[in-house]
Amino acid sequence: MSIGGFVTMYWEKEIETMPREKLEALQLERLRKSVKNASASYHYKNLFEKIGFDTEKISSLEDIKKIPFTNKEDLRENWPYGFLAVSKDELVRMHSSSGTTGRATIIFHTQHDIDEWTNIVARSMYMTGMRRGDVFQNMMTYGLFTGGLGFHYGAEKVGALIIPAGSGNSKRQIQLMQDFETTAIHIIPSYALHLSTIFEELGVDPRKDTNLKIAFLGAEPHSEKTRQKIEDLYGVDAFNSYGLSEMNGPGVSFECQYKNGMHIWEDNYIVEVIDPDTLEAVPDGEEGELVLTTLLREGMPILRYRTKDLTRIIPGPCECGRTHRRIERIKGRTDDMLVLKGVNIFPIQIEKKLMDIEGVGTDYQIILERKDYNDHMIVKVEVHKEFFSGDLKQLEALRRTITEELKSDILITPRVELVEPKALPKSEGKAVRVIDNRED
Amino acid sequence: MTAYQLSIFAENKPGRLAKVTRILGKENINIRAISISSSDAFGVINMLVDDPERAQKALSKEGLTINLKEVIAVVIEDKPGGLDKLIQLLYDENINVENAYGFVLESWKKAVFVVDVDQHERTEEILKKNGLETLDAEALSAAEPFHYMKY
Repeated sequence: MSIGGFVTMYWEKEIETMPREKLEALQLERLRKSVKNASASYHYKNLFEKIGFDTEKISSLEDIKKIPFTNKEDLRENWPYGFLAVSKDELVRMHSSSGTTGRATIIFHTQHDIDEWTNIVARSMYMTGMRRGDVFQNMMTYGLFTGGLGFHYGAEKVGALIIPAGSGNSKRQIQLMQDFETTAIHIIPSYALHLSTIFEELGVDPRKDTNLKIAFLGAEPHSEKTRQKIEDLYGVDAFNSYGLSEMNGPGVSFECQYKNGMHIWEDNYIVEVIDPDTLEAVPDGEEGELVLTTLLREGMPILRYRTKDLTRIIPGPCECGRTHRRIERIKGRTDDMLVLKGVNIFPIQIEKKLMDIEGVGTDYQIILERKDYNDHMIVKVEVHKEFFSGDLKQLEALRRTITEELKSDILITPRVELVEPKALPKSEGKAVRVIDNRED
Repeated sequence: MTAYQLSIFAENKPGRLAKVTRILGKENINIRAISISSSDAFGVINMLVDDPERAQKALSKEGLTINLKEVIAVVIEDKPGGLDKLIQLLYDENINVENAYGFVLESWKKAVFVVDVDQHERTEEILKKNGLETLDAEALSAAEPFHYMKY
């Protein structure tokens, strides 16, 4: 099988092309183990006792439906160790999710967990054609965010030379690409578009003046049109990826060379798609909320996690020969989470911060805009009538305070505009909190 | 003596000032002086009017965010160096001017300089001690600002 001269090669052929029946048998075996392991945690122990669930009685994959869903709220309520299924001294790393209110959700990993995670990231990268000898520039934030370190370890396992560039500093990114002949990049799609304007400013043509051939796009939902634009601008094959910290991070699912949906590694996760209202499973091909269960994570197993991401399973086999099912690119959220510059933000976070600031009135509005491939957040904030002292300096100070307070929480610097009380539009009496004007 | 300045918080966009002047016009309130300071998206309209309390009520009723603020309206000579005399005095006393604007009362004779300062009471005392006349709300209301009819 080949596409554009690309012969399909597998990182782990047996697992990647395993017949469905065998793959499902493997899932069942691992599910049993994972559920049993989970019952060692405070949260699942109590939950299973409460609902009278016998972890020994899982006879088919269908039995997973007997286990209640796990929500982000459950993770928060059990912060930080309530989901731990091993003793703390077995842990070697923690990561956190962005975009939570108050305390960030923490995920802990044992060495085994890191190894398994690294393996599926390596498998994903290998699937797109990255090999030993490639130069991989990781333009994601290193740190608590899983995107940086997750890809880093995967690329190292593949054997590529990693440039751990981290995010930002566009001119240096371009310099590194040229100096060390980068062949693969990991980049947030909106940043890829923005970076192309810096290339233009510098008079560097990424198609001719770099060796780029692969771009891994992640941390932000984007359209097929955006992918094609990035491929055109950079002269690369761009691959979509999906992951979330609760399920490790990147590597949960990834596109193969056919770029027609992302294979979810079903030897690592059980995939369900549910109707977010009825919570019933929807058939393959129908859109719904993605629900995932970890099969190999020992430190902090999570069962039936509601991702709040909307997608559908693409029915039928993939030409690449892999039997792991594919999900379509993420269509949206079942909640109001926003993704801006790869950072997940909930409007409630902004609201909580704002309402703690003296001088802020009752209403606010979040406007997202895209200018020159750059995303911006504008926060319009009503000033409290009693607060106004007739002084412009006072208003400027209020605006600065709001900007700094928001930045400290959402990690993005919004443009804050103060507006008069009652100036913000309402729809049917309900405040319109978020206006997303971003288009491709 | 203390004068009252009307400060109005307004977004920096067409129509906001028009709303204010329309309300005041309808209420038959006379504007003696006006200054606007703005940041990029919002600003403050400062005004001296003949009846600040009534103006505040009328504007508030229309949903505007208003503050009535004490300012000092100093009578200065309308001639070269007239303003300088006042400002040098404030400087000598280390008083900071936060905002200011002026209008002519009687051409080449008298002008009024409205100042918002950081040490309000002390400034009033200093002005008094130095024989500078200040106007209160009532005096401002009665004052006949310069107009061309006098020529």
